[in-house]
Formats: sequence, C-alpha cells, structure tokens
Amino acid sequence: MGSQGGFGQSKEFLDLVKSIGEARSKSEEDRIVLREIETLKRRINEPDIPKRKMKEYIIRLVYIEMLGHDASFGYIHAVKMTHDDSILLKRTGYLAVTLFLNEDHDLIILIVNTIQKDLKSDNYLVVCTALNACCKLINEETIPAVIQQVVELLGHPKEAVRKKAVMALHSFHQRSPSSVNHLISNFRKKLSDNDPGVMGATLFPLYDLITIDVNPHKDLVASFVNILKQVAERRLPKNYDYHQTPAPFIQIKLLKILALLGSGDKKSSEQMYTVIGDIMRKSDTASNIGNAILYECICCISSIQPSPKLLETAADAIANFLKSDSHNLKYMGIDTLGRLIRISPDIAEQHQIAVIDCLEDPDDTLKRKTFELLYKMTKSSNVEVIVDRMIDYMISINDNHYKTETASRCVELAEQFAPSNHWFIQTMNKVFQHAGDLVNPKVAHNLMRLIAEGFGEDDDMSDSQLRLSAVESYLKIVDEPKLPSAFLQVICWVLGEYGTADGKYSASYISGKLCDVAEAYSSDDVVKAYAVTALMKVYCFEKAAGRKASLLPECQSLLEVLSASHSSDLQQRAYEFQAILDLDANAIENIMPLDASCEDIEIDKSLSFLDNYVLKSLEQGAEPYIPESERSGTLNISKIRNHNAYEHPTHSLRFEAYEVPKPVVPTKIPSTVTYPTDIVPVTVIVSEPSYQPSVQPSWPLVPVSDAGSGSGSTELKLRLDGVQKKWGKPTYSSGASSSISNFESDRTTVNGATQINTLISKPREPRQSNVEVSEEKQKLAASLFGGKTSRSKKKQSGGAAGHSKVSRTTNHGEDKVQPAAVPVTVTTAVQPPPPDLLDLGEPAGDTSSYSSTVDPFKQLEGLVDLSQDVNATASATTSNGPDLMSLYSDADLNGSLNQNPNAMNGSVNPSKKTASLTKGPSLKDALDKDALVRQMGVNPTSQNPNLFSDLLG
Amino acid sequence: MIHFVLLISRQGKVRLTKWYSPYSQKERSKVIRELSGMILSRGPKLCNFVEWRGFKVVYKRYASLYFCMCINQEDNELEVLEIIHHYVEILDRYFGSVCELDLIFNFHKAYYILDEVLIAGELQESSKKTVARLVAAQDSLVDAAKEEAASISNIIAQATK
Repeated sequence: MGSQGGFGQSKEFLDLVKSIGEARSKSEEDRIVLREIETLKRRINEPDIPKRKMKEYIIRLVYIEMLGHDASFGYIHAVKMTHDDSILLKRTGYLAVTLFLNEDHDLIILIVNTIQKDLKSDNYLVVCTALNACCKLINEETIPAVIQQVVELLGHPKEAVRKKAVMALHSFHQRSPSSVNHLISNFRKKLSDNDPGVMGATLFPLYDLITIDVNPHKDLVASFVNILKQVAERRLPKNYDYHQTPAPFIQIKLLKILALLGSGDKKSSEQMYTVIGDIMRKSDTASNIGNAILYECICCISSIQPSPKLLETAADAIANFLKSDSHNLKYMGIDTLGRLIRISPDIAEQHQIAVIDCLEDPDDTLKRKTFELLYKMTKSSNVEVIVDRMIDYMISINDNHYKTETASRCVELAEQFAPSNHWFIQTMNKVFQHAGDLVNPKVAHNLMRLIAEGFGEDDDMSDSQLRLSAVESYLKIVDEPKLPSAFLQVICWVLGEYGTADGKYSASYISGKLCDVAEAYSSDDVVKAYAVTALMKVYCFEKAAGRKASLLPECQSLLEVLSASHSSDLQQRAYEFQAILDLDANAIENIMPLDASCEDIEIDKSLSFLDNYVLKSLEQGAEPYIPESERSGTLNISKIRNHNAYEHPTHSLRFEAYEVPKPVVPTKIPSTVTYPTDIVPVTVIVSEPSYQPSVQPSWPLVPVSDAGSGSGSTELKLRLDGVQKKWGKPTYSSGASSSISNFESDRTTVNGATQINTLISKPREPRQSNVEVSEEKQKLAASLFGGKTSRSKKKQSGGAAGHSKVSRTTNHGEDKVQPAAVPVTVTTAVQPPPPDLLDLGEPAGDTSSYSSTVDPFKQLEGLVDLSQDVNATASATTSNGPDLMSLYSDADLNGSLNQNPNAMNGSVNPSKKTASLTKGPSLKDALDKDALVRQMGVNPTSQNPNLFSDLLG
Repeated sequence: MIHFVLLISRQGKVRLTKWYSPYSQKERSKVIRELSGMILSRGPKLCNFVEWRGFKVVYKRYASLYFCMCINQEDNELEVLEIIHHYVEILDRYFGSVCELDLIFNFHKAYYILDEVLIAGELQESSKKTVARLVAAQDSLVDAAKEEAASISNIIAQATK
C-alpha cells in the first residue's frame, strides 16, 4: 500500500503517532499536540479538501481529543461528515461526533436530521451506525424526533439492528424514563425474539423498568426463570458460550432481574429456587466467569425470600471465596458476606479470621470493603473496637471522599450503639478533630443537642457528668491548632452553656479560652459568633448567680473589635453583649436562664397578649389590620392608606412594617420571639413590663445557632419537643432491637451473665479450635465477633486460644439466640424445594478437591496476565480443563506462544513495522506479521520494549 | 452501567478513552490523571478493583496496557473483568494476536469494535462471532470503497495518458 503504510493512514499522521509515542515527558507530548492542532486548524479550513483527506483530519482530531486536548474547532467538520453519502465517511463522522459531543452540546441539533434520515436507510450498516449515535447523542428534548423510527426498527429483519434499537430505547429510558413507558409491551415481545443477542439486550430496559416498579412485571417471573433455565442447560447457540460457560452475561443479568422480582415476594421466590440451585451447582469455580455467576447467585439469594437450603449453599460458596488466594475472590467473599449477614447474622462467625486477615491486608480496596462489612455487622458489643479501627483508618487516608464516608459511618455507629457517654464524647471528638470539615453540620448540632439533653434517663447526675466530661475534654483539645470549624462551634457552645456550670472552672478561665478561640480563628465569622455568644452566657450566668462578674480585658477588646466588624451578625452580637453589661442581675436571669437550652419557648403566635393594646388603638380610631392575604395585589393602595393612618393625629399602630411579607408580623412589639432556632429561651415577658427595655432588641438575643448555615436551620434547633429517641435510626439487622436494649444492660450487669454466655456458645467450639492464628488476631476477632467486653477479656485471658475466641458476653449471647431463631421460623414457613436439586454433598466434595490441588484459577490468571515463563504457562494450559485459548485454533496457540519470546526481546523499531505490515484477522496474517517483524531485525534501543508483546500473550 | 472505558499504557499514556456518561474535557483529564496514578501504582497480586469517588473501577493489565472500566457501586466486578477480557479477545481475533502497537495506530478501529461490544455503557453483544461478523461486514465496505477509488483513479490515469 505504499505510502499509506499498513494502517491506512498518511505518513504524516503515522509520524505524529510515533512521535507522541516516543515523547519522554508530558510536556513534550503537549508540545507536539499543540503543533498538530495548529496544523490542523490551518488545513481543515482550506477549501476543497478531498474527502479522504478530510476523513483523516477527523481521525486526527479524535486522536488529539483522546489525548486530552481541545479539538472543538473541528467539531463542525465532523458533524458535516455525518451528512456524507458514503457510509465510510459517514461512519467516521458518527464516530467522531459520538466521541466529541456530550448530549447537551449545541451542535447536536444539526445531527438529528441526519440520524432521522439514516434510520430509514436501506443499508443496515448505516442504520446500525445511526443507532449507535442515537445512544450517545439523542437527549431528552430530541427523543421524540427519533423514537418512532427506533420503535419501528424493533421489527427489522437484521438482528443487529433490532438489538441496537432495543439498546437505544434503553438509553432513552435512562435519560427520560417517561419517554419509553408506553413501550413496555414492545420489550416484552422482544424477550421472545429468536435471536439470543436481541433477547439479551431486552433484559437491560426490562431491568430498568423493574427497578422502578416491580409490581407490573411479576407475571414475567416464570418467563425469566424459564429463559435462565434454558440458558443454563446450554440451549443457546454455541457461540454465546464464554470459556465453556453458557451465555454467562445473560445469566448474570437474569439473576439481577430475579433478585428484584423475588425481593419480599414468597411466591415468586419459590419459582426461582430450583434454577438458582442448579446454576450454583453447575458453576465452574475455577474460572473467573463461573465465580461471577456464583456471586450473582448469592446476591440474588440474599435478596429474595430466604430459602434455608440455598442459604447454606451460598454460605459454602462464600467460604470458598474467602479461602481463595485471589484477592478478587476474597473481595467478593467479603461483599457477599455483608449481604448474607442481614439474613443469617451468625455466618460471619466462622469466617472471623479470614475477615481480620482482609482487614489487615495491604490492599486498600480489600481493606475498605472489609470496613464496609464491619459497619454492617456492628452491634453494641463490638462497636468500640470497630469504631476505633475505623477512626484510625480514617486518619491514615487522604481521599476526602472516603474520609467523609468513614466519618459519617463512625458517627452513625457511635450514635446508635455508644456504650457510655464518655466513650461517645471521646469518639465524636476524634471524628471532629480529624474530619471535622467533612462531616455533615447536622452531626455537630446533634452532638450539642445530646450534651444538652443528656441520655434521656431521669438522672441529673449522669447528665451533669456527661457535661463535665465534655467540658473537660474540650478544654484539653481547644488549645490544639487548626481545629475544624464545626468542632469549634460545638466547643464554644458547650463551654458557654456548661463551662461554669458545676463550679469546677472559673468564669474567667473559660472566658479566657473563648477569647483565645475567637482570636485564633479570626477569619471564621461563625466560630467568632459562637464564641461571643458563649462569652455572653458565661457572663450572664455569673452575674445571675450573684457573683461579681467582670469582663476580662481581652474580652473587652474583642467586643470593641467586633462591634466594628464587617459582619452585621457579629456586630449585633457585640452590641447585645454590651447592652447586657448594663443590666442588673434580675433582668439578666430572665434573659439568660441557666441551663435552659432544652426548655421549650412558648410562642404565642396569635399575639393575643396584644389584644388590649390593639383594641385601645382601634377605639382611638386606628385602621384595623388587613391580613396579608387580603391586601396582596392592592399593595400600593394599602400603602397610601397606611400613609394616611400614619398621619392620624392619635398615636396608632404603624403599618409600614406589616407590608414586608414575613411570617413574623409586628416589629415594634417587644416579645416577638418566634425564632425557631432559639437556644436561649428569651421567654416572653409581657406581664413584666419593667423588663421590656432589655428585651427590646429581641433578635439580637437569638444566639449563635442562628448564625450557622442556613441550610440546616430547621434541623438546628436544640429544642426537642419531648423527643424520646436519642440514638439515630434503628439498625436493619434482625438483632437490632435486642442489641439496643442490650446496650442498657451492658452498662450495668456484665459479670454474672458472662457465664451463661459461654454455655450458650459452647457447641460451636470444636468447629473453630483447629484454626491456628496469632494471639493478637484472635483477640481482635473475639472483640469483633465474640463481643467480649474488656472485663470479660481480662477474666478469660488464661483460657485456651480457641476457647477465648468463641466466648462472648451476655448481650451477644442473646443476640445470637434471637437471630438463630429466625432461620428456623423461615424453614417452617417456606415450602422446601424439591430435595434432589440442592445436593449439598456435591459442593462440599468439590470444595475439598478444589483446595487440595493447586488453584487452577491462579494458573489461568497467570496465563492471561503477563506470563513470564512461557513454558510453564503452556504446560498449565494443557493440564487445565478450562482452556482460555481454546477459542483460537491449536496452531494459533502454538504460534502465539512461540512468537512471544521473539516479539518480547526482539522489539522492533515501530516505524519499520508500520511501513510494511498488513494485518488481518486470520492466523496466517498474524504469522506473517511475526515473520516480518523478525526479518526487520532486532533493535534493542527501542523506546518501548513491551510494545510488541501480544496483549493476550 | 459502565461510565467510561480507559486504556492506558504502563507509562500512563492514554491509548483509548470512551465516555458513556457526560464528562467535560477538564473532568476527563482529571479522571485520567487520578486513575492512572491510582492504578499504575498497584501491585500485581492485589484486587483488580479500586473504589473511586463512590464508583468502582475495574482494571486488568494485558502486557503493558491497562484496560479500565468504571462501574456503579452495585455492579458485578467479576463480570466486568470478563467484559474486558471479552473485548480483548475480540481485538485479538480481529488483529491477529493483538499488541499495543495495533491499538496505537488503529485506535479508530478499536473504537469501532468497542461500539459493537458496548453500547450506552452496557454489554450489547456477548457472542464474539456476531461481533466479528459485523465488524467484517463494515470492513468489506471499506475495501469495496477502496477498490472503487482505485479503479476510478486507474480510469483517470488511463484517460489522461
């Protein structure tokens, strides 16, 4: 092909690709690309470019764009190319636009017309390319323009077109679900298409539809089960087999659909048991794809109504996953364990050591997955260990996304299962300290609320202890540099509210700390606002208690600075404080009662206490108030009227302020404390007119929480109108209710009950005693799975290793008993499937032979991946049943194996290769290529010696 | 659903990118930078999956080339691993013992094949034979067009003689 080279492009382009390939640094690459962009910009706008030349320019644009540079100057030419009559050019045009344009790009409108035309083409290949483009380019607005044609194509004689039409409808559904809702019947019809590819494609839109609403599709359960059965029995054409597994991708999709359909539906689930059992039994655990199916089966089993037999099979499969050497399978094992644990919480028990191995694995992915599992299996007995581990891990990582997630999980677990107040405060401190800016601000407000309310028991002692421990820990932490803002807000609030409460710390000490905070974080207005209000509270409490309260000099100067602050909020707080300084103790006590953050503030929304005043004014001739609803639209008129009213000789209500459409109506009246966010109950004091002046600037008194982010303002309120629940939402696990109640008993009685526990768990011992693991791991395992409290640990540390691992405390024992009962009831409820289908003996046999021999999966992996030793791989291939390369003829296999070494060490100068190589799908071509490569000679200085090794080598 | 497909070399050079979810050019560069940093530094025995921004990225190394696919949290990783392998096998069949160089110079063909394997972020065809047949049908068009062009240029050449 002469100058075209073996790859159909001009020399110029090949040189470009080559020079990019040889670029030694990113900046060199960028330079080359920029030069290329300049060239293309100039050339592409020349008049009368031959079409073939243009096609190459477009491909060069694609290349530039792929390397991460902007090729938008050429988009329009790609769009033009889609209009071309020649399919060759059209295809290039479509390829380029699908790569260039996102669905919201302006140029798309220019393509829709072409797509419409091409969907009608006689040439099915043109239709295919147009459908491909549909999937990427047609957006919500343009769907109506093509949908009718796409639906018609569902009946096209070519299966490739039907399949793509289905997939295009699937992508429409993703963009705008309502656009294809009326097509459900079409999808159902296509499910029985005689081409398996079309049927397989139909599963995607059906899966989407079923995800949205299961109920209208319940009647399809039988069809899906039937299809799955046929697939598993190898009724599909042979070419859908993948590594000897019959149509695995279709199987997996079907299992996903069944999982949705069977969830919470006993009748549907029962229809599936047989086929799922069959598939699990048949699945090939030595191949990756076999395990993929197995994994999907387990997911399905954990989603549908549980069947004890299937659960057992699933548990065996999970055990195999976890025992495997492959990290991938371990990962899947941990994942499936997390799924199954919801149904049968006790299965984690037997895998504890494996789980801990994964937790300590250097592989970060595996570690994270394991943390996810731990999160799912947390209960009151192991929460301390798990949360501590999670926090340690959280501190060690930099990934903000995952840090946020871990932090919120820690908070959730701590709220749900905290064994003691002290621990809870400590844990929250750690989380805030290390991920403070990443946690939801709600969490901070929850914490304040909790400290204010205590733990719900009618025990003032424990509440004040909680507060004291919080104050103490905060005083310790507050001096540390660079605390996150959310945490500082909590600290300030707690110090202000409770810092001086029990007399341990003097007011001046606390005030000093608060001033330090305000000074150290002078750029954070919210923190400063919290600090000022806290200072004000400390001062008020002191004064109200009759002690001599004087402001520290630094506090004084802080106030001065803030009263000139740019932030009106800070300014206001400062002025309020200064106003309070002039009041007497009695007044202050009314404004700022001690420890009243949880008391409800009575709000008289109808402002009935003003009735007298209003009546008097009306008698004196004032205009009656017109409700906002009635005066809307006549705003101007009412304004004029108001104006008149204002001029009325008698002193009457001023109406101007009423016009502002705000929920809080009168402004001048002192007691309008309708703010939802009040921490300090500025109790309404109409009956005591003598104090009115102090309350007059009523809103200044609304304290800090108001300054917090507006988004959370509704959640911010610390008033909890008699809410009982303290610890977040309940667990999903079946043992949840018991574990929560256990948490109470946990703190009081431990010792006596431990004995009972060991008794309960005794029957399990022989199963685990043969595992030999290090002491430390066992301890960890025991604390995670066995739920030992620290006290029982001490007591039994002398016991046998296996024994101590299994021992558990009361609450866990109870936990165990209850979930254990769950499967039993299920057994009776569920009608057992035909007995011969789930022969559990067989998988067990499999397992033993599987573990005794060399892991064939490993060998296979070696074959597919970079195999260093060709011979070893070859022998592995011959010895293994599931032959990866069986797809290629034997000769091909030998050929590729033989040529490998040559290609590897004989890496050839790429330019030479490109000059004379023709490549094709056939084996002969491949061999020819190799021969040519060898003829070219060896070039050891080549840039990239790996370049020539075949990908599947 | 597969959000994007990335082919990167061991040196971090991009060989092919295909985006099924909308990403701006800026985001794309960032994604590639982040992921190549993460994936290329991983040891050989570790999982073939990485968690990333709430998604999972499944990758597999073939010779010096990494094939990466980004999927949702609830997708089946092992299946995606096999989708990658499926694609590589089809490439292998098409190019005849495919090597990285084939993909470097024929990236557009790799795109065409990918378009037959994946569509809208889902696997559209799990039969290698069907894919091969479709790609071959398209290629035959190319050849026909070339022959036509050649014959025209011959005619022109003869006419101008």
